[in-house]
Amino acid sequence: MPTQLLAVHGISKSFPGVQALKDVQFELNRGEVLALVGENGAGKSSLMKILSGIYTKDAGSISLEGAEVDIDSPKTAQTLGISIIHQEMNLMPHLTIAQNIYIGREPRGGVFLRERALNRKATELLQRLGIALDPREVVGNLTVAKQQMVEIAKALSFDAKVLIMDEPTSALTESETETLFRLIEGLKQRGTGVIYISHRMEELRRIADRVTVLRDGQYIGSLEKHELDITRVIDMMVGRHLEEGARPSSDRHRGDVVLRVQGLSTRHLLDDVSFELRRGEILGFAGLMGAGRTEVARAIIGADPIDSGTVEINGKQVRISQPSDAVRHGVGYLSEDRKLLGLLLEQDVNSNILLASLRDYTDALGFVHTPKGKQKSREYVKSLRIKTPSIAATTKNLSGGNQQKVVIAKWLARDCDILIFDEPTRGIDVGAKEEIYRLLNDLVAQGKSIIMISSELPEVLRLSHRIVVMANGRITGVLENEDASQAKIMDHATRMGVEKEYSSR
Amino acid sequence: MNATPVTETPAEIKNPEPQRGGGALSFLRAQLQQSLAFATLVVLLIFFSFASNNFFTWSNISGILLSTAVIGILALGTTFVIITGGIDLSIGTGMTLAAVMTGIFLVNLQLPLVVGVLGGIATGALMGFVNGVNIAILKLPPFIATLAMMLIAQGLALVISGVRPIYFSGVTGFKNIALGTLIPGLPNAVLILFVLAIVAYLMLSKTILGRYTFAIGSNEEASRLSGVNTRKWKIMIYTVAGVFTGIAGVVIAARLDSAQPQLGVGYELQAIAAVIIGGTSLLGGRGSIMGTLIGALIMSVLINGLRIMSIQTEWQNVVVGIVILVAVFTDSLRQRRSAS
Ligand SMILES: Nc1ncnc2c1ncn2[C@@H]1O[C@H](COP(=O)(O)OP(=O)(O)OP(=O)(O)O)[C@@H](O)[C@H]1O
Ligand SMILES: [Mg+2]
Repeated sequence: MPTQLLAVHGISKSFPGVQALKDVQFELNRGEVLALVGENGAGKSSLMKILSGIYTKDAGSISLEGAEVDIDSPKTAQTLGISIIHQEMNLMPHLTIAQNIYIGREPRGGVFLRERALNRKATELLQRLGIALDPREVVGNLTVAKQQMVEIAKALSFDAKVLIMDEPTSALTESETETLFRLIEGLKQRGTGVIYISHRMEELRRIADRVTVLRDGQYIGSLEKHELDITRVIDMMVGRHLEEGARPSSDRHRGDVVLRVQGLSTRHLLDDVSFELRRGEILGFAGLMGAGRTEVARAIIGADPIDSGTVEINGKQVRISQPSDAVRHGVGYLSEDRKLLGLLLEQDVNSNILLASLRDYTDALGFVHTPKGKQKSREYVKSLRIKTPSIAATTKNLSGGNQQKVVIAKWLARDCDILIFDEPTRGIDVGAKEEIYRLLNDLVAQGKSIIMISSELPEVLRLSHRIVVMANGRITGVLENEDASQAKIMDHATRMGVEKEYSSR
Repeated sequence: MNATPVTETPAEIKNPEPQRGGGALSFLRAQLQQSLAFATLVVLLIFFSFASNNFFTWSNISGILLSTAVIGILALGTTFVIITGGIDLSIGTGMTLAAVMTGIFLVNLQLPLVVGVLGGIATGALMGFVNGVNIAILKLPPFIATLAMMLIAQGLALVISGVRPIYFSGVTGFKNIALGTLIPGLPNAVLILFVLAIVAYLMLSKTILGRYTFAIGSNEEASRLSGVNTRKWKIMIYTVAGVFTGIAGVVIAARLDSAQPQLGVGYELQAIAAVIIGGTSLLGGRGSIMGTLIGALIMSVLINGLRIMSIQTEWQNVVVGIVILVAVFTDSLRQRRSAS
């Protein structure tokens, strides 16, 4: 017998040039997990930001436990018992874990902070949640996944009635995701209502009690757990039927080696990494988070110093000591942390797309030919289906997934021969994922070569011709696609500690 | 629910030591950073003692401390601002305006000493408050807002004083604020600097204001979304800086026994330099009062030492400039190393 916790009706919200939400409704019961799904830019985050007091709604009503409420600031939302984990990281990197969790609610005596009480509270909380982190650790030193766990702990520390999670798992590994799901189950028992946003369809069946679908800012419908069917959800999301592509076939022509990496080692992690990339190939990199896949990419493009090892491009040994050298040699890198490393958030979409290829649109005198560049930008906006009012819109205002697409467009525009994609589809909706897969396949068909780092095994299997598996800074296996399976990859990915003690870091 | 989550590196689960080790390491690193600035100070002291016999005498040391007082007080206040990722260019001429206003209160209006002094400090606080409002509410960039305030304060100081110094000779006890010796042998101005440093240290590391100073500098948007009233706190922080400016104004007026309306330009840059040498990041989120104090001392030891060695003033500036470059460079080296 469900009791209603939150009811939302007729919510509308528009931004200059965009109607983000149009007459949206949904309900949330006590002890229920409601999954909210929709394509990139469908309005999920905007709706949640209205509930958590960050945006003000243009129209509509929100009632909590039967009484209509007016949520005018993040603080009000907190006091009402609505807590949110934002899609984009929202932590203060210079502060410790404990300080981050209890920011704005520090235990104090008079004007003074009680640091010891703060750390004690945080320790208790982390223990209760089963998160193995030291509360005195500075957040900036943590990996993205651990930072995400801190965000989750912070949101859970409020003992909220309504807990909103906007793509909490996009940076988590499978086991961390599992921890999170167990936490959510515990919350359900206590009667908390959870709104869960994700692009990972397989998660819906695992934890959702009900699924509500948004498309283009409109409410499309809801499905109860017993009528939950993933293909149906996807059809509702994209408004058309999606065909899933096949795995790459093995009977194709093998090109020459374009990139050969030999004996790559770094002081911190990498240990004797050697592999080669062939023309027209997608080489997948699989492994657990922290296995060193990103480090390999960063070492190759010269973002981090290497201790030893050589890199050959087209048979010639090259010295790459900074990322601009890499670009000069035709190697492009799409970083996993788009907000920090990949985008100029305050700039418009056009400048971001052309950022890496500006030279192609500049004449001998250094003047930039804008019309040609803009034409190119518009093409990418169209082919990647980037949802933006125009290419002059500020990138910050795009939805998370659409920002990711802008980063991809930037490297496609650059026309590199070797592209390294680090988690290219993180936070991207199912429809657009297929679109990006198609683009990657087109690129290799044109003779480019791609290294694709991904934590989503289905994606690795779906795209890569060969798969390199890493664990603890070493390569533990290289698999041909036809020999590979999720189980085999996991087997290689968890082979560690045999040759190398981790503590020697 | 005691299930240990398998986070990314299973080795760490078996053995959580590396994390604690990391915490201890970063603590050590922070200590080292300060001790490096401290070591620089010690090296300078030793060098100048050998270079000149007159350097390590009590009268010279107390002279150095006295000359550190004003810049040091300004630097303390501006440390808060810089940790938020902001900047305050108005502290130099703001100090002058505070000194002139103290003169107006005490000499022209003949108000009691305490009232006049508090009036001078309030002048500084008011300027800081206006800076804070301009930055937090009107969303002006700190550089612009405080640059404008710098010019306004300079102009007002000249207009109000009629471009003439105001002498405090008739005000009994005023001079003692800076030059009296509550502790025998130690000028009060130095005592004020040390007391204020302790207050600033407590505020920055033990109070809610300090915590939000770091939080805003680290990620303002995240602080705001966490329910921290960032506007209010930014106004508070600039006002605190203003209070320090006001106190510096009173101290410099007492030290010179006069309010010199032409003085002040250039003090802001020296104070900012002291903060930077002390390891506070211009990008915000990182910094310490101890560092600032050491930074201010390094600056005045350097200037004093060069002067004692009879090196021309022109060259003194060159040396100070080089020291700033070296300090910031080594600091960024350390940062880069700790980041990887
Ligand atoms: N502050 C803003 N200013 C202008 N437009 C905005 C702003 N915030 C969101 N939008 C627009 O509103 C629409 C909905 O965005 P929203 O972030 O809610 O999408 P989403 O469903 O969360 O997508 P994703 O899955 O990619 O995170 C988008 O077209 C976006 O560009
Ligand atoms: Mg979103």
